[in-house]
Amino acid sequence: MAYKMPVQKYSGKINEVTIGNGLKLGGESVLPFYSFDGDIGNKPAIGMEIWDIYPESWPKCLQEIFKDVADDPAKWANFCIYNYSPDFICLKFEGASPDGLDRSPEECAEIAKKVAESVSVPLVIAGCQSNEKNAKVFTKVAEALADKNFVFLSAVESNYKEVGAAVGMAYGNIVAAESSVDLNLAKQLNILITQLGIKPDRMVMDPGCSAVGYGFEYVVTTMDRIRLAALQQNDTTLQVPMILPVSFETWKVKESVATEDDAPEWGSQEERAVGMEISTAVGVLGAGANAVILRHPRSVEVVRNFINQMTE
Amino acid sequence: MALNGMQIYKLLPQKNCKECGFPTCLAFAMKLAQGNVEAEKCPYMSDDAKAKLSEATAPPMRTVKFGAGDFEYALGGETVLFRHEKTFVNRPRFAVMFSDAMSSDEVDRKIKNVNEVNYTRISEEMHVEIAAFKCEREDKDAFISLIKKVTDSCPKVVPMIMTENTEIAEEAVRQFGDKGPILFGANDQNYEAMVNLAKDHKLLLGVTAAGKEKLYELVEKIQKAGYKELLLDAGSRNLKGTFDDMINIRRTALLSGDRTFGYPTVAFVCDMAQDKMMQLACATLFVEKYASIIVLSDIDYSIALPLFALRQNIFTDPQRPMRIEQGIYKIGAADEESPLLVTVDFALTYFIVSGEVERSKVPAWILIPDAGGYSVLTAWAAGKFNGKSIAKAVKEFEVENKLKTRELIIPGKVAVLKADIEDELPGWKVVVGTEEAATLTNFLRNYKQAAS
Ligand code: SF4
Repeated sequence: MAYKMPVQKYSGKINEVTIGNGLKLGGESVLPFYSFDGDIGNKPAIGMEIWDIYPESWPKCLQEIFKDVADDPAKWANFCIYNYSPDFICLKFEGASPDGLDRSPEECAEIAKKVAESVSVPLVIAGCQSNEKNAKVFTKVAEALADKNFVFLSAVESNYKEVGAAVGMAYGNIVAAESSVDLNLAKQLNILITQLGIKPDRMVMDPGCSAVGYGFEYVVTTMDRIRLAALQQNDTTLQVPMILPVSFETWKVKESVATEDDAPEWGSQEERAVGMEISTAVGVLGAGANAVILRHPRSVEVVRNFINQMTE
Repeated sequence: MALNGMQIYKLLPQKNCKECGFPTCLAFAMKLAQGNVEAEKCPYMSDDAKAKLSEATAPPMRTVKFGAGDFEYALGGETVLFRHEKTFVNRPRFAVMFSDAMSSDEVDRKIKNVNEVNYTRISEEMHVEIAAFKCEREDKDAFISLIKKVTDSCPKVVPMIMTENTEIAEEAVRQFGDKGPILFGANDQNYEAMVNLAKDHKLLLGVTAAGKEKLYELVEKIQKAGYKELLLDAGSRNLKGTFDDMINIRRTALLSGDRTFGYPTVAFVCDMAQDKMMQLACATLFVEKYASIIVLSDIDYSIALPLFALRQNIFTDPQRPMRIEQGIYKIGAADEESPLLVTVDFALTYFIVSGEVERSKVPAWILIPDAGGYSVLTAWAAGKFNGKSIAKAVKEFEVENKLKTRELIIPGKVAVLKADIEDELPGWKVVVGTEEAATLTNFLRNYKQAAS
């Protein structure tokens, strides 16, 4: 008997969403990287995370790379673009945190505008720990960056009305719906956001992320189920590109923060942290992520190489 | 292919003698089709019928074994393509590649690395399970002495003997057969001799061919020769091609129900890139989908920590989430005055909480009672995380002897437990902590100041 390749049928397709001027996410009609089954859509994109304040809390080995530019977000963004060519920059307003600098929304908007004017790639705007504060920050920043098609990370259950109305409806940007590793909550939030009047091709989703080893099976399983529902059951509420802020998670786990004095047997802290970042990024790409956010240049290089080899 | 009840009924003697414990042959056939009873219960079945039945009722993907003693491992036996459909059962095993063409310095370095990566993560011992030996010089003595050197120095690895030369294979198997090595590889030319060798020593046999079509034909021949302890390799040595092989071989077995490909597979990540971080990227993908043996060039903690952690997660049974052992855990240089937190024994929760405590750099203790392995709110709702279970842990782990502090920080989400715990623990004060672990770092820094 001759070998017969199994056939997998798909009935759905992930929306194609344009970020900024022409960065396209999604568009695939098969499981991630299943080019033998059909159209894998656009290449997953890679963004680099920068902050509005100097990243005092980052491990020293990581600070070292950006220390000359990290005082100024516009400089920092351009340093990344010039040296590492990410597809987008994720500008995170850590300084807006009420527990920290408590930067005002107006001030954040000022900074965002300056960064946006200086860069050649699209921005993904991220907030701080406080969802309440983020709603206010996003409103002002979205206004300052009206109709740019930038992504705002993110709208959650408690602030989606405010974020959706400002970011998506009033100021022509893209809303990221964030849920915490639960298919049903993800679906519900997507529905609520579209009910505000936001078009499905004007949103992305963050289904929740963690580092490998830290309940990562829930992340993979939730993403698997979202993609299977979108592609095999043609569930239109889940046909939304997924963006995963990998670096928000991997740089705070023990494997990445333990210094060489803390764990001498583990060897180089920088390599460990890069390893956690790469493995987590590939782990979510393999489960359907359309974009990942990273911090370390080496991770960007390796993950890009991985994506190129899988898609070319 | 699976048979239905009627098809099985036709294979039975149709005597309705009831000796199987069922009133009729048909009733017995129906039970067999559901897999709820063994075919042996009928004493009158012909050998031919028995063979057909065992073929029909076998799982779509075979479980095979390699190794010996404490280092014996099962591979394969998977029944689903996605873990949420049921569970994945046999985790992939990691190998490091050696070759007789390597300098002795390189061999020594890898031996050292293999031995250095050995640690425990949530009650699972992590180390490289396999040393792969590629025979490149066709020099029997050099090859044998390499295997001897590495297996003597690394007692925890099982050898994978990689040669297509049957004479060298025979000698290697003769010398190292007691370790339950993997014999790799049977190809189109040598498979008869290799099958005999594997049969004689009951070894897992690696089968290799250039492409899935050729591999399929070769496996059919080997199955006809009567051997089914196989490990498959469709010959790809790049990332994209290997991904195609892994997915389609697994789908052929599980979706098409074709057992010719119902065997575990091996991914030679060592050939896909020189850079270890790129190898880590490739290996990550194959832990998720769907390699059973992953061969790396080398190992160190920067790639072992993520890979073993990922594997532990992906191969957790969704019905039985990972639990952390109950007890009192010391974070940093905690002393008897340091703050004491309590949370549940659900491993994920413990990891997140302990990670945040570490990040705060405030030395502290974390008390883990028996909370049923649930998350905080679920454990509380199920009555597993309350004054009683926490007080029990305080006594069992002799917290009052070990620590001077009489303050206990509880998760903010179960603030309602404060009074209940204080009732159960006279002399203690309960402090309500943060709702989310993410803000624990700040909380602890301030808490420390308030206490001192
Ligand atoms: S023992 Fe065999 S022959 Fe007798 S009733 Fe059962 S199935 Fe039929």
